[in-house]
Order: sequence, then C-alpha cells, then structure tokens
Amino acid sequence: MTANHKFFFLMGGVLALLMLATAIGAILKVRATNEGALATIDNLNARTRAWWVMVFILAIAFVLGPIATLVMFALISYFALREFITLTPTRPSDHVSLSIAFFILIPVQYWLIGSRWYGLFSIFIPVYGFLLLPTMSCLGQDVENFLERCAKIQWGVVIAIYCISHAPALMLLDIPGFEGQNALLMFYLLLVVQMSDVMQYVFGKLFGKTKVAPVVSPSKTVEGLVGGGLAATAIGTAMWWITPFTPLQAAGMSFVIVVMGFLGGLVLSAVKRSLGAKDWGSMIEGHGGALDRMDSVSFAAPIFFHLVRYFLT
Amino acid sequence: MRLIVTPRVLIGCVRFLVGATPRYVNSEPVTRQAIYFANHSSHMDTIALWSALPSAQRAQTRPVAAKDYWGKPGLRNVIARNALNAVLVERATKSAGASIIRPLTEALKQGSSLIIFPEGTRRAERLPGPFKGGLHLLARMFPDVELVPVYLENLHRSLPKGFLMPVPMICTVRFGAPLPRIEGEAREDFLNRARQAVIDLS
Repeated sequence: MTANHKFFFLMGGVLALLMLATAIGAILKVRATNEGALATIDNLNARTRAWWVMVFILAIAFVLGPIATLVMFALISYFALREFITLTPTRPSDHVSLSIAFFILIPVQYWLIGSRWYGLFSIFIPVYGFLLLPTMSCLGQDVENFLERCAKIQWGVVIAIYCISHAPALMLLDIPGFEGQNALLMFYLLLVVQMSDVMQYVFGKLFGKTKVAPVVSPSKTVEGLVGGGLAATAIGTAMWWITPFTPLQAAGMSFVIVVMGFLGGLVLSAVKRSLGAKDWGSMIEGHGGALDRMDSVSFAAPIFFHLVRYFLT
Repeated sequence: MRLIVTPRVLIGCVRFLVGATPRYVNSEPVTRQAIYFANHSSHMDTIALWSALPSAQRAQTRPVAAKDYWGKPGLRNVIARNALNAVLVERATKSAGASIIRPLTEALKQGSSLIIFPEGTRRAERLPGPFKGGLHLLARMFPDVELVPVYLENLHRSLPKGFLMPVPMICTVRFGAPLPRIEGEAREDFLNRARQAVIDLS
C-alpha cells in the first residue's frame, strides 16, 4: 500500500469516528435530564466540534505537503508559547529575549527540520537558546527575580518549541523500507496521543471513581487512565500497518506514547496551576488553549522520536 | 502602503499578536453612540480596543490619538488615517486651553463613537492613574452618548514603554456596563467614579 492509500484509510477511519461521536453527542443531548449532565454533554459536543476543525486543518496541511505541515506546527508552537508567556510574570527587561524566542527561535527550529539538519535541530534550543535568552534578559540591568524569570521563559521555550517540534521532526528520519511515508508516523503519534486523551476522558466520565492526582489534575482517574490507556494502546497496535513497526513493536510504541502523554498532561497541569490558571487559554472551544491540547504531545513526541531513531534508523 | 494597511489586515495582525478578544463583564455590546474610555499602558491600546469592537460598532468608532505620535509621516500615520480613521488631537498643555477638544466634539456631533484614554499618557502599571478632565467635559456636552468603561489587560507587558515591536501576549479587552449619569455630580467625583469603573474591570 502506498502512503496515499494508507492516508485515505486513516482519514476515513478518523472521519467515521468523528461522525459517530457527533451522533452520540446529539442523542445524549436529547436524552439529558438534569443541568449537570447537560453541561457535560455540551462540553463534550464542543470538544467534538473542535476535533472536526483540528482534523480538517491537519488533513489540509498533509495534502499541501511537508512545508505546510511545518508551518502549521510552527504556528502551534507560537500559540502555545504565547499562552505560556501570558501566564508567566515577565518584566520589561525580558522584552528582547521574548522577541527572540517568538520571532527567531520558532522559525529557525522549524527551518532546521525543513532543511534536514538534524545535528543543529537537536541542540539549537538546549545550547544556543539556553545561553542566549538569559544573556539578553540580563542586559536589561534588572535583577529582580532574575533566575525565576529566566527559568520560566526557558521552560516555556523548551516545551512549546523544542518538544512540540519533535512531532514534525519525524519527517527527517531515514527509515529503510519506509521512504516517503514519514508523515504517517507523525499522524500515528498524534492519533495515539489524542485517542489516549479522548479515551481517558470517556472512560473517566463513565467509570471514574478514584482520583490519580487530585491536587494536580482533579479530572484524571485511575479507571480513566487504565481503561483509556489500554484502549489507546489497542488502537495503536491495530494501526501497525501504517507504520514501519511489527504489531508487537507498535504495541510497545503505543504504550510508551500513552504513558508519556499522560505524564505530559500531569506535569503541565501542575505548571499551569502553579502559574495560577485552570486552562492555558480559550482558543479551542471546549478544550481550553492550544497548550491544553498539546501538553501530552510535548512529552510523547521527543521520546517517540528518539525511540524510532534509535531502533529503526 | 495604503493598499496593504487596510482595517482587515490590521485586525488580523492584532489578533495574531495579542488576541484582543472582547469580554463583556455583566454587560452587552453597546449599539448606541458611545465614548469608550480605557486605561492606557501601550501604543497597542488604541488598535487592540478598536479590533475588539463588533464590526458594526467598529465602523462608526473613531479612536482619539495624539497628533505628535500618530500624525508623523510613515506607517503610523497610514494606520491612523487609513485603517483607524483616527481623530488626531494636540496633547493637552496649559496654554492649549479648551480648543483642543474641538475635533472631538465635531466627531461626536457627526454621530461617531470615540475611543479615549482619559489619563492622557501611557503608564507602565496595571491600573490607571488619575483621569484628566476631558471625559467630564464631553460627558456634559453630550448627555445622550453612552460612557463605556474598558479595561485592557496585559498590553503593558506586550509592548512596554521604549520598545518598538510588541511581543505576543494574550490580551483580553473587558467592556463594562455604561456609566450611569448622576445629576449635579462634581467634576472630581465623576472622574473618580469613571476611573473606578475601569479598575473594577481589572
């Protein structure tokens, strides 16, 4: 099967799933009896509507080719970093370093993927960005909370740019026998991460009783985690045919993606709460901000990238 | 440049950089002629507030802008005249007197709504400083025009004093309910009440 065939099968499956979710949402809404249930169902339907939009954008980017995909991820990093910086207390002396983060680090990081320069891609932000940003902040001659300010900016840059950029970076791996199909690997990652989030939400709503981390993320439950995680791993295993993996490898990879995605959601929820917010933003109806949707990707993408790079190239 | 800097382009840029999403705090968008007054902390304030208005209101709203900054030839002037249709005024000085307010009264007479920053100058802080008397004068001359308080969040962080380029930062534009008129209220009391209405939105 060619990459295009696989893509159309994949898209067909995703669209069928979205139609199913939309239909279930409509039925639940008619049947809802009390206020609380109605609010939950409205949120569920808002999430499903947002999924239609997100899948549409992703499909357009794929059809337009690798450059469009990189531009799309650069914009995701941009909006995610904007949300992070909005909640971070910065001072006027950070202005130059913030400008560099948004207008230089983001374009350069994605340009490095596009130009297939793996060496610089992997150290550009951890080395050059890490040293440049505090240098620019310190030239502002303002030492109040200097370390805290620098650390928070660094953290935002690493999560929103560096970590997220590892998803499209899958395109620069040379996997023998899988030439020209790398975009599918990126889809696979996004599919498993997002299905894991969706399934954890669904299982949590249906069977959730025991909270995993009540302080950090009150909506996560053990039942949701186990049920959703297993379901997502099963989906990832069943999708082995779009990847270069054997079914067993696909199961292992999915499991790692699910675990990392869960940890990403947990850690970023703790960060968000320590910055005094419940949602990162309000850009995506029902979900919150861009970073609420990308939190699990930011942890899963780098690990998935390096596992594939180590074992398959 | 005139062809590029259209209202649509300007609004696109503002949304991309600072979002400028409107939020109506215990209120609805005002459809009648209005004077929007807000805290002033950056050069982005005017464009952000203007972008956040519903398009029907935006079409009839003219920001009031200082001639010495927005009137300079170049990009600023094109933005002010072409896209914003701003009312350019001299800055208030002791010698200028009441005549500087004339372009404002004329715009109001023609039925336009206005955006003004009653502090008169930018402040680097979250909350507005004391209001100058212009708002009081206009409120007395035009008793039927609604006075809408607006609070602009985060813009002083996006574009601090002394920098040219804004940094991306989500800014919410909070509109409050129109200020009720109180018969025979002293000038100072009115100005304090107006300032408090903006602070209450923060």
